[in-house]
Amino acid sequence: MIELNQFLILSALLFAIGVIGIFLNRKNVIIILMSIEIILLSVNLNLIAFSYFLNDLTGQIFSLFVLTVAAAEAAIGLAILVIYNRNAGSIEIEKINALKG
Amino acid sequence: MTAQLLTFYLFSGVILISSLMVISTKNPVHSVLFLILSFLNAAGLFVILHAEFLAMILIIVYVGAVAVLFLFVVMMLDFKTSINKDNILQYIPIGILIGVVFITELIIVLINTKFDLSNIQVLPNPLSDFTGKSNTEAIGSVLYTDYILYFQLSGVILLVAMIGSIVLTLREREGVKRQVVSEQLQRQGKIDLVDVKPGKGVDI
Repeated sequence: MIELNQFLILSALLFAIGVIGIFLNRKNVIIILMSIEIILLSVNLNLIAFSYFLNDLTGQIFSLFVLTVAAAEAAIGLAILVIYNRNAGSIEIEKINALKG
Repeated sequence: MTAQLLTFYLFSGVILISSLMVISTKNPVHSVLFLILSFLNAAGLFVILHAEFLAMILIIVYVGAVAVLFLFVVMMLDFKTSINKDNILQYIPIGILIGVVFITELIIVLINTKFDLSNIQVLPNPLSDFTGKSNTEAIGSVLYTDYILYFQLSGVILLVAMIGSIVLTLREREGVKRQVVSEQLQRQGKIDLVDVKPGKGVDI
């Protein structure tokens, strides 16, 4: 029988992979967007695991809304990416330094 | 080892490996394809957790829409990955450090903690007995009654996202000739019929 902790550990590993992907990646922004998707997937996994083990439907409803927001975020992020690539000619993270950050 | 446990380990292993491949491959197209593989296996895990509706939604929305959107953008934009190796290696120590600290903290907490879910007081469950219903039916009976406000709000979020991405990416191109039907229909009295004599030609 699967325990709750196994799902939580898997979700933690997935979350950490997403965070490492954000930090490690220096090539282009689109990998960072994919890392954010991985993070949101791990959060969804957490919510659904708790929903199953608590025998409560609220986690699944919440996960549905997280999916909605994630889809909206991906659409807006990719639109920003396209228009930035059109204006600046590149989406390499090293060259995105207009704010001198 | 039951079959359920074996399936869990299979799905979770594939998810972890493909997520690692997402952040480590050089080609962004391969990254998107590994992301799709990761989503498919997560849908399998959702089925194990008896969340069939969300598993199908994950496949339809993520694999069918979001990942294909990523794929479109990756193939439309021209990535010039001309970064040298030193710049990449510069960030590996801090990335590894943060990742290892994060993972160890979470794993220590999760391994040492035995969750006793019987003592947890959840909020009053709007649908306490959904064992007799299918998952989709249970979600539908809750989503359109108790969570109707959030449902409508998520619709507004999607509308704002759609309008925002259209406004961002729309641009007026210079020098593009378009058909204006109203101007065409109002062209009256501008047509001259000229009776051309043979061998004379015509002045316009």
